[in-house]
Amino acid sequence: MAQTVFLEAINQAIQEEMRRDESVFILGEDIRRAIYGATADLLTEFGEKRVLDTPLSENGFFGAAIGASLVGMRPVVETLTSFMWVAMDQLISQAAKMRYMFGGQATLPVVFRASMFYGAGSAAHHSDRSYPMFMNMPGIKIVVPSNPADMKGLLKTAIRDDDPTIVFEDGTLFGMRGEVPENADLPGEELLVPFGEAKIVREGTDCTIVAIGGAVNHAIATSDQLAAEGISVEVIDPRTLVPFDKQAVLDSVEKTGRLVIADPAHKVCSAASEIASIVSEEGFWSLQAPIQKVASEQVHIPYSPALEKHVYPDVPKITAAVKRTLES
Amino acid sequence: MEIDRDILLLMLRRMWMIRNFELKVMEVHSAGEFAGAAHPYIGEEAVAVGACAALEDTDYITGNHRSHGHPIAKGGRVDKAMAELYGRVDGYCKGKGGSMHLADYSIGILGESGILGSSVPVAVGAALAAHIRGDKFVSMAFFGDGASNQGALHESMNLASIWKLPVIFLCENNQYAVTTSYAETVAVDHVSDRAAAYNMPGMLVDGQDVVAMYEATSAAVARARAGEGPTLIEGLTYRFEEHSLGLGRVARGAYRDEAEIAEWRKRDPLDILEKTLITQGIATREECDAINAETVKEVEEATDFARNSPFPEPGDLFEDMWANPIPLP
Repeated sequence: MAQTVFLEAINQAIQEEMRRDESVFILGEDIRRAIYGATADLLTEFGEKRVLDTPLSENGFFGAAIGASLVGMRPVVETLTSFMWVAMDQLISQAAKMRYMFGGQATLPVVFRASMFYGAGSAAHHSDRSYPMFMNMPGIKIVVPSNPADMKGLLKTAIRDDDPTIVFEDGTLFGMRGEVPENADLPGEELLVPFGEAKIVREGTDCTIVAIGGAVNHAIATSDQLAAEGISVEVIDPRTLVPFDKQAVLDSVEKTGRLVIADPAHKVCSAASEIASIVSEEGFWSLQAPIQKVASEQVHIPYSPALEKHVYPDVPKITAAVKRTLES
Repeated sequence: MEIDRDILLLMLRRMWMIRNFELKVMEVHSAGEFAGAAHPYIGEEAVAVGACAALEDTDYITGNHRSHGHPIAKGGRVDKAMAELYGRVDGYCKGKGGSMHLADYSIGILGESGILGSSVPVAVGAALAAHIRGDKFVSMAFFGDGASNQGALHESMNLASIWKLPVIFLCENNQYAVTTSYAETVAVDHVSDRAAAYNMPGMLVDGQDVVAMYEATSAAVARARAGEGPTLIEGLTYRFEEHSLGLGRVARGAYRDEAEIAEWRKRDPLDILEKTLITQGIATREECDAINAETVKEVEEATDFARNSPFPEPGDLFEDMWANPIPLP
């Protein structure tokens, strides 16, 4: 299998879907010149009408994507998580609510691809990991890929899905290399990863770590290190948070009896909070120790690397959390 | 501009339909037959009716909170609209939307927004689809003088202009954003002046004159279909009733002069159209009255339809969330 960089996987997904379906088009800021790399060469192949550079008007062009989706197009919006605040009215008042509010008449196959540039000195205005806030609002599907293959397969599924979807693209993974299968080697000759199916990344018996986005690699490293100490850790990547594969987590906790959740979002009302709540309600009798949340500290993202490095879940924090569960 | 008699009579019928629909809504709302806010469109009928008469079923509109008139003007069904206000399963949105969220996707009514200015980018998006695919439809965004101050509108006008999209920005300037006057909130004399900032034509039209509205909009639609881009039309009009049903009883302090209200009531858009039709020999007094009576009857039947329609079942709560459904959490 080919080693593919995360950003190339994004590019492949968009290119394949634009080739397959003429109603797919992409819009965003500076995408013709592929400022972040994901949209490289799309302009050359698909032309100006399907690769649109927008003005700095997130509320306007998010809304335009929503409107285009209502009349049969499949827009893909490129943006940053932190710019979504500017367009919250369109995301919430329109994208999330229209179908229900209009009794099922509206169908919105629109994808928002939101980069999360945390962990690299981007400071408070460019480092948001905002997926939990959208989990709270019904009506938007939420995808957080953790490796190149899932990135490609989930983005292709998102583009084909008929509901509004936000794909949170973890900037700490942009340079990650991973195996992405060649289309020719796949059944149906394409890579599609279904929504709502968690992936068991490492099998283990002593403790379950549910990890999200960029935290999955930290969880894998934790699992490998603890294996040397004779501790067997299972790592689960939910891949999509809406829909969320709760059964995979409950089954794993039933086996291990212990749960750590590693979530790069702020810890209050995080994805980790919701997962902990589900397991508390539905998997309580499987637990042999209190659930441990390892999420970002409840502060804004500081610029200085000396401070920023203390904010997010990392291998030492996740390792310590696993050991806490084993003390009980 | 010579206007076909059928169009003139259709516009008269739709204006009476809106007027009688709204009168009925005021009656049954005050009798407590349904809950929630409702914003009467009485006095402004010529704006939506003249504008929508220039559209085809394949064209799109978006509306706002004061939006019973827009679907009726575009040829929507009063029975389904009334049933929606009553919160019943036969309503346009199966009772999930209510007064501020009517929609009829079968005839291009993409839906209304209680967040003002918020539906304007959506209309721009429909036009963007036409632009990308080379379709000939146009879209029209209705908004008020209040929403003309929203960033969403300004971003939308800029987008539509740079991409030359087939959009008509249709401002219904009724001169008050709830209780706050136009003069207190808008920096230019006319909303239509704002078109200059986005390099598009701006037209100031007498919003009480449905013929003027129809002519102005027809020109804008022709321009849009020809690929020449968007137009901003301002229909200058007046809300004859309170902002919202029930609000008159709670608002403190008058914000509109009685004399001003009386002056505008003299310019009732129905009187103006009927006078034109009768003096020009296009229709008789009796024909006009018959159209009015027919719409009264249709609204009465629509109200019976709404009252007799069942409420949604509790299980309906979970329907219509997703096009590709997922399990409940």
